[in-house]
Amino acid sequence: MQMPEPDRDVLARRSEIVAALREIVPGEGVIADERGMKPYESDGLTAYRTLPMIVVLPETVEQVAAVLKYCHANGVKVVPRGSGTSLSGGALPLADGVLLGLGKFNRILDIDFDNRTVTAQPGVTNLGITTAVQHEGFYYAPDPSSQIACSIGGNVAENSGGVHCLKYGLTTNNILGLEIVTVEGEVMRLGGKHLDSEGYDLMGLLTGSEGLLAVVTEVTVRILKKPASLRALLLGFPTSEEAGACVAAIIGAGIIPGGMEMMDNPAINAAEDFVNAGYPRDAGALLIVELDGPEVEVDTLIDRVREIAEANGSTNLRVSESEEERNAFWAGRKAAFPAVGRISPDYMCMDGTIPRRQLPEILTRMTRMSEKYGLRVANVFHAGDGNLHPLILFDANQPGELDRAEAFGADILKACVELGGVLTGEHGVGVEKRDLMPEMFSEIDLNQQMRVKCAWDPKGLLNPGKVFPTLHRCAELGRMHVHRGQLPFPDIPRF
Amino acid sequence: MADTFKPETPEQVRDAIAWAVSEEAPLEIVARATKRAIGRPMQTANTLDLSGLSGIGLYEAEELICQAGPGTPLADIEAVLKAQNQRLAFEPMDLGVLLGGGEGRQSIAGVFACNLAGPRRIKDGAARDHLLGFTAVTGRGEIVKSGGRVVKNVTGYDLSKLVCGSWGTLAALTDLTFKVLPAPETETTVLLHGLDDAMAATAMIAAMGSAHDVSSAAHLPAGIAAGGVSGGATVLRVEGFAPSVVARVDALKSELARFGAGIATLDGEASRALWRDLRDARPLAEPRDRAVWKLSVAPTAGPEVMVAIRNAVPEAACFYDWAGGLVWLGVPPGGDAQAGIVRAAVDRVGGHATLIRAAPEVRASVDSFHPQPGPVAALAKRVKESFDPKGVLNPGRMTAGV
Repeated sequence: MQMPEPDRDVLARRSEIVAALREIVPGEGVIADERGMKPYESDGLTAYRTLPMIVVLPETVEQVAAVLKYCHANGVKVVPRGSGTSLSGGALPLADGVLLGLGKFNRILDIDFDNRTVTAQPGVTNLGITTAVQHEGFYYAPDPSSQIACSIGGNVAENSGGVHCLKYGLTTNNILGLEIVTVEGEVMRLGGKHLDSEGYDLMGLLTGSEGLLAVVTEVTVRILKKPASLRALLLGFPTSEEAGACVAAIIGAGIIPGGMEMMDNPAINAAEDFVNAGYPRDAGALLIVELDGPEVEVDTLIDRVREIAEANGSTNLRVSESEEERNAFWAGRKAAFPAVGRISPDYMCMDGTIPRRQLPEILTRMTRMSEKYGLRVANVFHAGDGNLHPLILFDANQPGELDRAEAFGADILKACVELGGVLTGEHGVGVEKRDLMPEMFSEIDLNQQMRVKCAWDPKGLLNPGKVFPTLHRCAELGRMHVHRGQLPFPDIPRF
Repeated sequence: MADTFKPETPEQVRDAIAWAVSEEAPLEIVARATKRAIGRPMQTANTLDLSGLSGIGLYEAEELICQAGPGTPLADIEAVLKAQNQRLAFEPMDLGVLLGGGEGRQSIAGVFACNLAGPRRIKDGAARDHLLGFTAVTGRGEIVKSGGRVVKNVTGYDLSKLVCGSWGTLAALTDLTFKVLPAPETETTVLLHGLDDAMAATAMIAAMGSAHDVSSAAHLPAGIAAGGVSGGATVLRVEGFAPSVVARVDALKSELARFGAGIATLDGEASRALWRDLRDARPLAEPRDRAVWKLSVAPTAGPEVMVAIRNAVPEAACFYDWAGGLVWLGVPPGGDAQAGIVRAAVDRVGGHATLIRAAPEVRASVDSFHPQPGPVAALAKRVKESFDPKGVLNPGRMTAGV
């Protein structure tokens, strides 16, 4: 993985830039010493590390705007960062760039139960929103597994999902308004407490743009009333084919569960070793199906899902009869990553999506790849939407294993695309999947996406080196070859 | 000499747009052309008609996805989904009722390009929340694709959001893949009689804030009838599995008893007919010359906005959807269709007002789409130029210069 070559001219001006930023953000808000900057050298994708040129931690929107304005005027790159939990390197610093940390924007600004909205600063954690409204029985639906730590601003940047997104949607389906600052330092509001955009849906475009278009300084989200009842089924199957058929039959019966997770045999055993959740160790695949809603609905659907599971060859079937039991079902799934971390010095978590019916095929291919690369793999999936999280086990201290793991991961993602899926379901492209983008998009497709970036950031200063495998100048992308005098479309019907 | 080009392949769409670029001859982009009467009248000599790219290419009920050509009639898609007990959850409205020209004629591209949704918008989102991917020809004459054919995807920018609600000004769609969802087993509507606008808003907010999973909430003020329900009714829709609907309707009725209104229910087809009429804004369709606005505000702000508008325009007629956050407003025709008053009232609370029906001369002088603050408008213009630098796709349809 190569990052753009640091700009020597900018590095040479470092002390001048530090002084100018200290004028904008006084006190400890500008960090320029190596020890102070060390905690910012990577995000959740710890395989990649770079010390930023300078860390800036503003406290007001005016400071954010002034920092961006200064950097824009002086040709300095900026990498925005929330809590730094990105799994794709979206907040990986640049050696010649300012790391703009939004962690001090940690206040909830408005709670409006009548309109069912919360307005928060971007550094508020995902779970912090639910915590602020749960006394009235409300919650914020998207629940990425890092929700204790990840920030709502980062959720917007990555369009984060979570276990419940098949039923409740991703971040983009749950936000109503944003305040943003452009790279030129212009503060704008998009949306609010009302629905839909009056012009182009710029908020929708920004969501999931991985910090390449603007910096988010305020988020208004929609909150929901907590369902009255939650129950889960734990279903063991001899093979993943049968488990997959069961998932298809549940959805075919018109049931959209609140959560539907699958684990393969290696993941089941790793989890069982770690937390003793009572999972069937001999099962080829395990399904956790959670139903939420009014009590009578949940009870009805539990019975329907039970029948479907039995008809689809479930060999091990348990229904939660208490909140403790439901939590126990989830304990193994929620601990899957650390459980795998226990049986291997390192692991790499992938994030492709496939059409669900391709599940047996991708698993067969992964088994072959596992043999080819000599590395183990354990699988957890969001079964309802085909989002895979293969965990590749390796040891970074063994020469060549990291490279092999990376190649293994790339092969899995290429296979996902080949089978009609995509490179990333919820973790983002970042630096991790950047060079795989041409597997999914043509040069024309990617150039159009980069032109959209040019509309926001013509100098390419905001988080460059992420998402797009090659950098082009905006002027070059804007050029157009016009062929005049062609007699067009002789074969197009005209009237 | 005005031409209508009717391509049958994406490559022909590309050729037509490349020609328009080279001749600097802007195109009107249509699929089934049912919404021509919305937006600024355009000066385009030629029309690009996408109705030849029609048909459902792929429908996988268990994967919850469907893919179709832009000109595919929505009615065809809805019929195919219905056979598998599925539907488009966002309940696209049919503007044929308001604009004339007949119902059930619109295309799937029109639904997404105009980001249409119905009463279920407050629970299940708008069209923009259901478009998973597309192929289109930009104003550069290039075929581009974005998104994918799976329901969970964050690979690259979400250009589907941008295309939804762009009214054909960014690209000509040649293929769309969208999310479909199971249709509910049954539905029941709870009616409260006799509440004024402010009390109705409070009742709708209470219903939406309950755990009873209300999927739509609307209010018909006195004198405005819909689907056989006379005015002065607040209506709340409950959908889902039969035993659940029964239990939730009972719970809702007892929870709303405190409003002291007469409570009744509508089941099955009667309920569906009511929400179809509300979806299509049928209560305001007559008289035909009335100008019609669609106002989007915070739900609690709906009645307040109407008080301000009624003070200045006593003849104004309206009904509320989206728990009060959507105001369908009818005003006397002529002049600026009361744009100054309507927009000032909306701007005071935050939101936007779109002129959905008005005579061409009104639409030529009044912005149909709510004007944006300068910096946002400038950004939107740059986004337009990134897709269509020569302005050959529906130029000026949304705002001058875009």
